[in-house]
Amino acid sequence: MSGWNEINGKALVDRAVQRATQAGADQVDSVLVLSNSQEAKVRNTEIETVKQSQERCLGLRAMVAGGKGRSTAVTSTSDLSLDAIDRLAEETVALARATAPDPHAGLPDGPFAEGSIDLGLADPADREVSLETRIEEAKRAEAAARAVDPRIDNSEGSQVGSDWNHIFYRNSLGFAGDYESAYHSIFSEPLAREGDSMQRDYWMSVARRLSDLEGAEQVGREAGKRAVRRLGARRPKTGEVSVIFDSRTAPSLLGHLSACVNGYSIYREASFLASRLGEKIAASSLTLIDEGCQPAGLASRPFDGEGLPTRRNVILDQGVLQTWLMDSYSGRKLAMQSTGSASRGAGSGPGVGTTNLWLEPGPDSWDDIIAQTDKGLVVTELIGMGFNPTTGDYSRGASGLWVEKGEILYPVEEITIAGNLGDMLMDIDRVGSDLRWFGRTAAPPLRVTQMTLAGE
Amino acid sequence: MSTEGTGNRTPDRPIPIQSTTEPSGAIDFFRDRFDLSEQGLEAVLGTALERSVDRADLYFEYTTQDSVSLEEGLVKDGSRHVEQGVGVRAISGERQGYAHSDEISLDSAQLAAGTARAISETAQSKTSAVAPHASSTHNLYPLDVAPTDIPVGQKVDLLSEIDAYAHRLDPSIKQVMASVISQHRHVLVAGSDGVLAGDIQPLVRLNVQVIASDGEKFEVGYDGMGGRYPLERLMQDEIWKPLVDEAVRVAKLNLQSIACPAGTMNVVLGPGWPGILLHEAIGHGLEGDFNRKKTSAFADRLGQRVASRGVTVVDDGTLPERRGSINVDDEGTASRRNVLIEDGILVGYMHDRLNAELMGMEPTGNGRRESYAHLPLPRMTNTFMLAGEEEPEDIIRSVDRGLYAVSFGGGQVDITSGKFVFSASEAYLIENGQIGAPVKGATLIGNGPDVLTRVSRIGHDLALDRGVGTCGKDGQGVPVGVGLPTVRLDGLTVGGTEG
Repeated sequence: MSGWNEINGKALVDRAVQRATQAGADQVDSVLVLSNSQEAKVRNTEIETVKQSQERCLGLRAMVAGGKGRSTAVTSTSDLSLDAIDRLAEETVALARATAPDPHAGLPDGPFAEGSIDLGLADPADREVSLETRIEEAKRAEAAARAVDPRIDNSEGSQVGSDWNHIFYRNSLGFAGDYESAYHSIFSEPLAREGDSMQRDYWMSVARRLSDLEGAEQVGREAGKRAVRRLGARRPKTGEVSVIFDSRTAPSLLGHLSACVNGYSIYREASFLASRLGEKIAASSLTLIDEGCQPAGLASRPFDGEGLPTRRNVILDQGVLQTWLMDSYSGRKLAMQSTGSASRGAGSGPGVGTTNLWLEPGPDSWDDIIAQTDKGLVVTELIGMGFNPTTGDYSRGASGLWVEKGEILYPVEEITIAGNLGDMLMDIDRVGSDLRWFGRTAAPPLRVTQMTLAGE
Repeated sequence: MSTEGTGNRTPDRPIPIQSTTEPSGAIDFFRDRFDLSEQGLEAVLGTALERSVDRADLYFEYTTQDSVSLEEGLVKDGSRHVEQGVGVRAISGERQGYAHSDEISLDSAQLAAGTARAISETAQSKTSAVAPHASSTHNLYPLDVAPTDIPVGQKVDLLSEIDAYAHRLDPSIKQVMASVISQHRHVLVAGSDGVLAGDIQPLVRLNVQVIASDGEKFEVGYDGMGGRYPLERLMQDEIWKPLVDEAVRVAKLNLQSIACPAGTMNVVLGPGWPGILLHEAIGHGLEGDFNRKKTSAFADRLGQRVASRGVTVVDDGTLPERRGSINVDDEGTASRRNVLIEDGILVGYMHDRLNAELMGMEPTGNGRRESYAHLPLPRMTNTFMLAGEEEPEDIIRSVDRGLYAVSFGGGQVDITSGKFVFSASEAYLIENGQIGAPVKGATLIGNGPDVLTRVSRIGHDLALDRGVGTCGKDGQGVPVGVGLPTVRLDGLTVGGTEG
């Protein structure tokens, strides 16, 4: 396993593009992902697994002109020998000739990203931090979780991980760029037990720089508190109640919504929002932003999967739907411009993805939201896949806390909450003031006036 | 990496690896293509064992996958990917060190072995007994031609026919999306206890998704099928046409479906894919790792009643050509048929080697991994309930008011609390013993250790799903199968929008 320093990534993507062009491609782009990761899991007081890996993958997209457009193929390989890349280039072009010409296929027209903007996506000093140091953090998180309560007597472990990536991109229209990024995490998942009842919960922190991670003790403690809080859960009765999504579950609603503003879903008419551009589709308190160029953002990158600059896209402005998220292909299909939202791995062609996606915080403190809820459910965890982007129908398994007359009374579980995302967005009547990032997507706590709860 | 350790134990020496008769030819593939001689493999294992580890294994993988997809009447994308690499694992007690490389060679394996063993040495070592181990002698999916060697033009033609056929079927169909995915995976496992096993695993899949509109609403219908069999089979009219018919029928049905009522009711599950209930509610909770760590709601419950009389659930990796089947698992253990629940009593867990050894049990051929980049975990293969004796029609007739669910989108379980959920993609109300209006958005929720005690009737119509399941655990996806006869469950909670 040789180090990546020996690999000349720029030269490899150059060669792939050049060879595919020579083989007859009209337009080509290539992406090379070099990644390096280590992770360790501690359970109770012992190390359970330690894993180290180095991966590399070169992806190639070739388009051949003919008929009424360009036909496309995408290939990838982890064999980076020059022979293998040359062979891949020939195979890709041959495969492209077998697919159908598409008038909308093609590289973006530009303008491509300029230079390499440093978004602070990795701190070189973090490479010097040994895995032993990180393992100690996992041990401290594990110990902190246990110290919360004697009823925490087991765990699924506390995990630490660091990934480093170096991405190289080149296309046949002359754009080339590369950037490095890092992703560090700490995660703790303790179990609490009381009588026959056993509950797990978790807490985590992720960041581009180690120094931005929450402290290990804090992660363990929060995870422990959440696990203990679930003991003795009851099942509320079926009925209509207010539903409060906390900072950990509210982002899932943005995830569902983003699937419905994805340019591909729009031209396929697979989104319930397909005909609603420019209309008010959500409460006026909702402003939703996707911004790929935030410094140190967990999903930031200087250019998107097609070499276009990343930017700030306002999807909802005070409840009004402003734009779809598009790459160049879905943009052409909709007679619009790419929003710089192409996401791309080495093993696939471009698609549309969100970057740093968040909802602007509102005026309400968490305590106020609870205090102003007469009867409702605080959702702390959701399971299942019950969302249909074509219709907006929403029905998921939930667990959380029961609220009556402004107070949290007891934990609840084995329930579902159901509604339609379109109605839910309009019915949001409280937006919290606290915005916390647990990943690429963040939302403050949100209250939906009424949803159907199925329980006992 | 720490290099300190106890090192006070006599290191194991690898047992000489012996050539076995191996049905699939994977061992020869790696020997010929990558020069992986048995002596070379032994030398790498020797490196891993130079420090104080109990056991080490090497896992080589070479996978080719191609896919062709169609939308808007055009085959817009063709793709082909090769994934190859080696993973080296060193095991010391409950601890595992793992390192992998995407280069298949004895040299890269040597380097990975050095990393994996150093990791293990950060921990104290202890000995553990290794269970006897034999390579598989069955070949569940012999193929003459790898699905990835079928010319791409034939796959393109199939998709174009599907597109034309779907549009001809019904004018309400607005979009047709279809894809053919072919995979050909070679694996080789060599262990320090003498295991040498390989497998060549073909996998094919056809997906058809349509969007129908009545002028106002849009709805989706999906069907798919696949398995470890020749791709040519999917290209036969009598195979793919019913699949398209089904996707179109479901999309149109969804246009007419009404909101699902919420509350507790008796539920009848149809045969086949609804077996996902077993997978989520029971299966995951019976995987060895969760039970060894006692984090499963099923921990310490062997011998106890967890289901109604008459309920027998098996996990069987030996069904010919099935998506969830494997000749050997990803640790070289031969797949087998494992009874999990017998006549309502919990009788067995599913194990990989590590958890079996730590629990003093036998490995069950369930040690699986997504790829060389992952550690093996106890995973399901094909999980299903054996047939009973009742007529399916009688089972439906026995319900006054309830839900008849015949297809599902997906599900999820919390292993520890046992709570599971899964979402119906096709379901009907039952009124006075008759199948009534189709409903949308029905979600079933329940408690794993308790749900099978609610089984009150079991049909004679056991069916396995058509080969579309992928199970996710710890970020690793593996192909699985499920199966179920028509069953009635009493008093299950149904989530819906109508109070």
